[in-house]
Amino acid sequence: MADQPAARNSAFSPARNRATGRLRLPVAALGALAPAWLIILLVYLGTTVWTVQLSLTNSRMLPSNEFVGFAQYARLFGTARWTISIQNLLTFGVVYVVGSLIVGFLLAIAVDRHVRFENTWRTVFLYPYALSFIVTGLMWQWLMNPEIGIQATMRAAGWTWFTFDWTTKSSMAIYAVALAGIWQSAGLVMVLMLAGLRGVDGDLWRATRIEGIPLWRTYVSIVLPQLGPSIATAFMLLTMGAVRTFDLVVALTNGGPGQSTEVPAKFIMDSLFARQDLGLATAAATVMLVTVMAVTIPILYARDIWARRRAGTI
Amino acid sequence: MRLLLPGLTALLLVSTAQAQAQDLTAEVAHSWTSGGEAAAVKVIVDAFTAKGGEWVDWSVAGFESANAAYISRLLAGDPPTAKTAVAGPEVTELIAQGLMNDIDAAYHAAVPEGVVPQVVLDAITVDGKVYMAPTGMHAGNWMFYSKPVFEKAGIAEAPRSWDEFFAAMDKIKAAGITPIAWGGQSWQEGIVFHGVVLSVIGEEAFTRLYTDGDLSVIDTPEFAQAVETFGKLRDYVDAGAPGRNWNDATAMVIKDEAGVQLLSDFIKGEFSTAGEVAGTDYGCALVPGSDSLITLADAFSFPKTGNADEDAAQALLAEVVLDPTVQAEFSVIKGSVPIRTDIDTSGFDVCAQEAIALVRADKIVLDSAMTLSPAINGGFKDAVGAYFADPSMSVESFIEQYKAAFANG
Repeated sequence: MADQPAARNSAFSPARNRATGRLRLPVAALGALAPAWLIILLVYLGTTVWTVQLSLTNSRMLPSNEFVGFAQYARLFGTARWTISIQNLLTFGVVYVVGSLIVGFLLAIAVDRHVRFENTWRTVFLYPYALSFIVTGLMWQWLMNPEIGIQATMRAAGWTWFTFDWTTKSSMAIYAVALAGIWQSAGLVMVLMLAGLRGVDGDLWRATRIEGIPLWRTYVSIVLPQLGPSIATAFMLLTMGAVRTFDLVVALTNGGPGQSTEVPAKFIMDSLFARQDLGLATAAATVMLVTVMAVTIPILYARDIWARRRAGTI
Repeated sequence: MRLLLPGLTALLLVSTAQAQAQDLTAEVAHSWTSGGEAAAVKVIVDAFTAKGGEWVDWSVAGFESANAAYISRLLAGDPPTAKTAVAGPEVTELIAQGLMNDIDAAYHAAVPEGVVPQVVLDAITVDGKVYMAPTGMHAGNWMFYSKPVFEKAGIAEAPRSWDEFFAAMDKIKAAGITPIAWGGQSWQEGIVFHGVVLSVIGEEAFTRLYTDGDLSVIDTPEFAQAVETFGKLRDYVDAGAPGRNWNDATAMVIKDEAGVQLLSDFIKGEFSTAGEVAGTDYGCALVPGSDSLITLADAFSFPKTGNADEDAAQALLAEVVLDPTVQAEFSVIKGSVPIRTDIDTSGFDVCAQEAIALVRADKIVLDSAMTLSPAINGGFKDAVGAYFADPSMSVESFIEQYKAAFANG
């Protein structure tokens, strides 16, 4: 899943020697990369194929070779927890991705205004991203625990009306997970956006100042449209992160209260190990793989077209 | 191929020679890694070493990761000599695949007839042969309570019925203390729920449902009543309950911040670590309305290794585990109940004494983890967790989801 579009290597495209017009293959480069490709084929593709194959068998604790068609998929969608997990992932994904993009963009703008101690701020905002999701989850679990966290502190300080108990309320718990996720990921979005902002032509700024266009309008109508590639990158990273969400939920709520923060990745891990249900777990993993591909392939394709159009090759 | 064969033969010779050099070596997989658990394992290790065995520890913390690593090795044809597991489907499935050795001879040499409860014996026997060596049993339907809190609220003794229980909880609430220290994680709630079910539907119906798989029990009014009683517990937990770890809940009872905790007897370790004494600082009683134990036996299981020396080591390990002295010492430290009834009980605390008396009277039923697949048990937990977290969920829709866990698991 981690293969980046940047991995496309121009060393592979047979280049023509301009002077002689003869085709020369980069033999040395191909030879050096062959082991890597072999590993990718065997390890990544091989295990993916095996996963899909297992999902079509009646495997329980041990892998089996008895094919049962799509019976595991029927079982999967007959399981209440799976459908709840998907709904939760949708809610979480939208709030987390949109929230991270907005907060990250605002942070980037704030830092981009050439504030004092810019480097310090940048480090501070990026710092959460260096943490493991387990740490983030545990920390927010304590902060949001109504008995010991923010709520208890505020009430002890006299604001007895203060309530912040999302993690213990079924209806709000998934937003608590999203909040912790945004806290962690907004810094990354900020860095990506900041790189984009720094690429904006200085003449544009001067022009908007001369024209007297308000600052917010400049950002929304002029700068934002130029950040397309940055936003697409951030969107894809965040979306893939959202689909894979597992550790954050385990540390923060462990899927509860009830099943209100269960997510598909946790369903797969539980089925795989605790419930010894290989067939069901691999069926769920396959459904997730197909979903991720349905989201990322169009984006990758669009970016490719974009880049080529810019380079003038099409 | 021609090169491969001599190579393999040479390898085989080398490994046989090694095995002969380290006679009776057992590589044992387990996930008993916490303080008290490790101390309990040491009892077995010492006894095993004293009888000429050599123990090679392969402990992986967390039974899920331990299982995953174990299954990989089993499939690769390189299993450890022995592995601890719940004496139930997770072992019987491997037996059915022909991957396990039986220890029938060693069992009968070590254990006289009639000292192991029949339900436990049935659980470790497949096709007339004993395959597992149980270390002890944990009972899930206990209620541990803080004596100071009971005193403060004016409760004379542990409630024996649900009416008494709710009256007592009301008193604790009135005294300004959290009545139930609740660990709001579905696996804990699942344990409590089965405790409530047993107390309401009784031993015979419980066995019919979870051991014989007679689903009609779920449709009885008694089962619905158990679900309702379980739901009533929601009124006596604090706002921080959802997601709480079991040991944090136990700490509430230890610090006298809560009245009772309903859970399995493994939590006694927390009390002893905090220096509390059973019967003095904290009390124990079965879940109100019940007079039998829901037991879960842990056992060593023995994969086929195809190596005669390891087979001998397996037999020796089984003999050691089933030894009455080892059984008693192990359980005293681990906080479990021995599976043999012919052992010296003097070292046990009052709670364990009560449990042992129930085992001797054959007042035990099997935990569903010993009789139903992990998938079904997982479905149970999902349903129970969802029900407890959502007071608006009707008894009917819970029962529907609970039944689906049976069908879908």
